[in-house]
Amino acid sequence: MYHSIYEFVIGPLAWIGWTVFVVGSIWKLASMWALAKKKDGSSIAYTRFGYGARSIIQWLIPFGTTGWKSNPAVTVATFIFHICLVLVPIFLSAHVVLWDQFFGVSWGTLPDTVADYMTVAVILAAAFFAYRRIAVKEVAFLTTYKDWMALGIAVSPFVTGFLAYHQIFNYQVMIVLHILCGLAWLAFIPFSRLSHMLISWYSRAYIGSEFQGVRHCKDW
Amino acid sequence: MKYEAFDRKIEDVGLQDGIAKLTPEKIEKTINEVLQGETGAKLKAYHETCVRCGLCAQACHFYVSHDGDPSYSPAGKVAQTMSVILDKKGKVSAEFIYKAAQIAYTECNLCRRCVHYCPLGIDTGYIMSTVRRICHKLGVTPQYLQDTAHSHSATMNQMWVKEDEWTDALLWQEEEARDEFPNMRIPLDKNGADIMYSVIAPEPKFRTHLIYQATAILHEADIDFTMPTTTGWDNSDMAMYSGDFEIMGRLKRDHFECAQGLKVKKIVMGECGHAFRSVYDMGNRWNAWKDYPVEVVHSIEFFAELLRSGKIKMKEKYPEPVTIHDPCNVIRGRGLMEELRYVVGEICETVVEMTPNREYNYCCCAGGGVINCGPPFKNVRVNGNKAKADQLRAVKEQGVTTVISPCHNCHGGLEDIIHSYELGLELKFLGDIIYANMVKNKAIEE
Repeated sequence: MYHSIYEFVIGPLAWIGWTVFVVGSIWKLASMWALAKKKDGSSIAYTRFGYGARSIIQWLIPFGTTGWKSNPAVTVATFIFHICLVLVPIFLSAHVVLWDQFFGVSWGTLPDTVADYMTVAVILAAAFFAYRRIAVKEVAFLTTYKDWMALGIAVSPFVTGFLAYHQIFNYQVMIVLHILCGLAWLAFIPFSRLSHMLISWYSRAYIGSEFQGVRHCKDW
Repeated sequence: MKYEAFDRKIEDVGLQDGIAKLTPEKIEKTINEVLQGETGAKLKAYHETCVRCGLCAQACHFYVSHDGDPSYSPAGKVAQTMSVILDKKGKVSAEFIYKAAQIAYTECNLCRRCVHYCPLGIDTGYIMSTVRRICHKLGVTPQYLQDTAHSHSATMNQMWVKEDEWTDALLWQEEEARDEFPNMRIPLDKNGADIMYSVIAPEPKFRTHLIYQATAILHEADIDFTMPTTTGWDNSDMAMYSGDFEIMGRLKRDHFECAQGLKVKKIVMGECGHAFRSVYDMGNRWNAWKDYPVEVVHSIEFFAELLRSGKIKMKEKYPEPVTIHDPCNVIRGRGLMEELRYVVGEICETVVEMTPNREYNYCCCAGGGVINCGPPFKNVRVNGNKAKADQLRAVKEQGVTTVISPCHNCHGGLEDIIHSYELGLELKFLGDIIYANMVKNKAIEE
């Protein structure tokens, strides 16, 4: 029984999760681009690659902008959270082994201890974000169930993965939960606030172009 | 619903009468017309991807001045207005529209300081403008602001100035100036002049001395200029702020057609900020012009050119220590911060910078049409900008006596703040100082 559940989540369900993620993301980007071309011509006309790239790079530098400088704790948490959130799933040895096993492709891996620390870092950063949602009044004022959902979905594979790796609670249950959470994480990217992963490059590039190209001023 | 309570409702005839005429069907239909007809991926992306991090809060002078009240933060204002409109797909009550109008018209100056704080590049100014657009189409606009939009529509200027009154004001100023400059002319409708000088309608209405000063400077610098007697002389644009984009488009078209008709090389604008935004950011796009047909320069750039080329020389520099207030529309909106500093440095002895300054400066709280919402909302502006009072107080403690700001809206707003917070500071335009302290070779001996 357990085995068939495991086989299912790691097999057909994984295909579904990945398909939703890939197709959904392409659809999201394509439909937004089509809509922008149809309706936001007066904005697209001013968008410039150079200005956009400069703005994106500036915001990718920790403490490189007014916003980051003014909020050191958020800045540190945000950078740690996002960097680890992306690197751990891609370079975790257990994941690379799966890719090798299924598709015969392989790449470098993070040492398990490092990945473990990074996982803890993601969880701690998420806890900090959760704290802000409750305790910081301008954030609490804005927070809706969608924000909790996005945070919950984003951190759940790390919590379950951490518990599974350390064999806390029932490993077999935890690993299935971990896979489910990971797939939900992927599938929700195009359809929730997590879509900022796809879209914010564009909004950043656009506002950077408006500020530098039209307003002759920085947007950082 | 945590946003339902709105404890700061202000009575305004325009808003009250506006919502009295609404029905749920009309609200829903109008909102969806705007959302589907005029907005697209930009608004959708902002709505879907804002991660509600709250970083924009501290950017807003309203939030800072109200001791961190989250309902005044940029994202907080969006959450109470556009987010609800989008989530409910236009099924909102008339009372909600009142609240949305009050927030969008009177509690956001569209200064875009928040953009410097948003990691995702969300343009709150655009969102608030769209809320205003919806309110305008629903006929729910603050009375005083609507009056200026009506004036634009009927007279093509902001202040109900009639054609003969405008020409009369120019002739009057020319006559006044002739006592000082015997050969002084304000050339009217001169074909092919280098420059068309355009002003905002409050100048002939109640700040005529600004026309005197500007034309005296142009005369002294020997500039080939003209001022039109036809519509198009007023570069201001309150319709842009009321959300009446149809009138905004007409105004900009008229302004440029006026200049094209006179075959001038460029338009020089008086010391105003919002008109500039209307030119580079809003009106041109509504008219589907990527660039504008006649070059437009702001007074800051023009004065810088006069000083650099030596066409205007200062007899003496203004002796009092000054500070510079950076108007959002020409600084954050056009990058004129260093030119402004060059001009102030040339005409004043001592400059003490405010903190923050340049593109990070706090707004005057008058711009974005907020001061044009009139007396009912004066306290909104004054209480909403304690941040500016604190900024000014800090430079006053360093000996500053005078604030320079090249924008009419900033003057209106700062004047109220200086008086209400009893700061005892002088407020000046660049033109005030240049005119008073320049070398006047063409003037009669005193």
